Amino acid sequence: MIHMLQSLTPDDLPRIAETENTTSSAFEHTIHVCMAAGCLSQHSDTVKQRLEHEIEERGFTHCRVKGVGCMGLCSAGPLVSIHSKETLYRSVTPHDAPAIIESLDGEPVHRITCPTNLPFFTKQIKIVLANSGEIDPERLEDYIAVGGYQQLANVLSDLTPGQVIDQVSRSGLRGRGGAGYPTGLKWSTVAKAYGQRKFVICNADEGDPGAFMDRSVLESDPHRVLEGMAIAAYAVGANEGYIYIRAEYPLAIKRLHNAIRQAERAKLLGDGILGTSFSLNLHIRLGAGAFVCGEETALIASIEGKRGQPRPRPPFPAESGLWEAPTLINNVETYANIVPIIERGAEWFASIGTERSKGTKVFALAGKIVNTGLIEVPMGTPLRTIIYEIGEGIPNGGRFKAVQTGGPSGGCIPADYLETPVDYESLTSMGSIMGSGGMIVMDEYSCMVDVARYFMEFCMSESCGKCLPCRVGTVEMYGLLSRIVQGRASIGDMEILLELCETVKATSLCGLGQSAPNPVFSTFRYFKDEYLSHITDHVCPAGQCQFEDVPQEVLS
Amino acid sequence: MVQSAPSLSADEKRRRMIIGTMRRNGYAPDALIETLHTVQNVLGYLDDPSLRFVAHELHIPLSKVYGVATFYHAFTLKPEGHHRCVMCLGTACYVKGSQAILQAVTRAYHITPGETTEDGELSLLTARCLGSCSLAPAAILDEDIVGNLTPDRALTALEGLVKS
Repeated sequence: MIHMLQSLTPDDLPRIAETENTTSSAFEHTIHVCMAAGCLSQHSDTVKQRLEHEIEERGFTHCRVKGVGCMGLCSAGPLVSIHSKETLYRSVTPHDAPAIIESLDGEPVHRITCPTNLPFFTKQIKIVLANSGEIDPERLEDYIAVGGYQQLANVLSDLTPGQVIDQVSRSGLRGRGGAGYPTGLKWSTVAKAYGQRKFVICNADEGDPGAFMDRSVLESDPHRVLEGMAIAAYAVGANEGYIYIRAEYPLAIKRLHNAIRQAERAKLLGDGILGTSFSLNLHIRLGAGAFVCGEETALIASIEGKRGQPRPRPPFPAESGLWEAPTLINNVETYANIVPIIERGAEWFASIGTERSKGTKVFALAGKIVNTGLIEVPMGTPLRTIIYEIGEGIPNGGRFKAVQTGGPSGGCIPADYLETPVDYESLTSMGSIMGSGGMIVMDEYSCMVDVARYFMEFCMSESCGKCLPCRVGTVEMYGLLSRIVQGRASIGDMEILLELCETVKATSLCGLGQSAPNPVFSTFRYFKDEYLSHITDHVCPAGQCQFEDVPQEVLS
Repeated sequence: MVQSAPSLSADEKRRRMIIGTMRRNGYAPDALIETLHTVQNVLGYLDDPSLRFVAHELHIPLSKVYGVATFYHAFTLKPEGHHRCVMCLGTACYVKGSQAILQAVTRAYHITPGETTEDGELSLLTARCLGSCSLAPAAILDEDIVGNLTPDRALTALEGLVKS
């Protein structure tokens, strides 16, 4: 069954797609089993084996089992879906396998059925995640069957690099890594930059704690990212690229390696792509657990095998990046948006979202919320819709207190602002940032001062140590926050803390230091009372902080 | 370009894997991090002789190799215990009480993150985020991710692990 596609031409793509679709339509039922990390850690692989075993035992030929990527509702894993019947099963165990197979031609197994008309499913629009949960991420044919690599073929034969950049610019796509820089502008800067060689880099160093969108995209649809990178490389004139991915994501790394190998054999990557003169050689570089490497100049240093320390910009990587060559760095989700933009047009993409933030955004919902998992919503969706409709609110009737976005560079948004539409500008105006897309919901038992301290501890230990404001400032700010949560601080300490925050923000070299004070600013802005009651009354309103028994500070 | 095979000492198999990584990358200095990953995979940690060996082969000053090895959290210069427990300290786990679990483990085994018990049975490590936020609070015990932990459940799971 396993044969690798070799040396494809543009004409082969529709042919392979047709063959694939004919093969799969021969089966009356295709049972999708989630094989992404979330469900795998709850043993979806044994569920899959058992389902296959049951089919084989019964000698059924009208159904088959397919391992697919993330279906989104990670808290209900392992997930199994039966496409022909629009049935979704939740928390499936291997023991459920016989019942699932038996029920294929009759009523679904009600005991484990998960309704598919929930707001969790109906309120989402899937562009980036369109193939997640639909295709087998380990098979190139599956990706080609849903139109994969067709856009690359079209671009190479019909469009000039300038036309590609124009499409991306007109779509209004902005970088999904956090800062929201216009993608088309970045591409045209690299395209215009002078250099013998140029590079494209995919930033898959998803360092924000509580964010797992990029991991999920790479595990569920790796070829989509590769195709996006190839189109980007063609547009900017690069022939070599790197994917910088966290070593903490072994499954995503494995699937990427596999996808690159398949694409190279099929001549969808490598030299002479699809019979043209365009070449792109992609390499994978593993991160080694340094948050600062999400910063683009630090990331470049790390690819060069050095310590991941940022350098002053300008020159920006677009002009002088990897080995001083013009370098395009985009995030995983940004690349994953390219294929649909080329396929359906810039106008279509620009019609989704808000005035200045176009398209959709993938968020990782986690924390004190009923439905945790991965969601994709149009830009401009109100926070309330995300938390109360899609996420179904706080478990056990708890009270919503704040939602944290943007990781250690972001902030906490309180209940009063739940109607705010989620886009780059409105989140920034609330003292947070879009960030890469982690959303952690907190209830009344979370102490906001301790949350600020938690993120400061993070920034302190992740500071690379190059510039003084960040290296020393984060330690001092952490010390002050610790005194507050321990009830040992004075009002004067609070003033020093805020002053220090301003200094670190204004004088740090890179984004890590500049945004390290954000969690303090935003919690102070919305939860000033909590700070004051720690300081003056020695009371933690959330009941988290122990004032007599000074907590042992976590060393790391 | 053909490189002559470097002279091999003990533990030839492991060393060959390390050499393999360097060779695949053409012995370029930028392969340092990749090579250190391989060293850590085959040895469990970065020992002194390996650091010297890699520095020599890639023509990088030992000080720079040491700098990189100590800069990145993924690398450790100390051998690990028989079993490992990696506690996730990500935001979702933090919100759901990972600190209490970490404290319970710290008290029960008298080790802080990064340390190994005296009998060499258990190493306690922490991770910034395992990306398994739907299972929060989560930890990796040896190879398996276990989720929805409480201090008691974590201690029971660790007891089982250390006995096994």
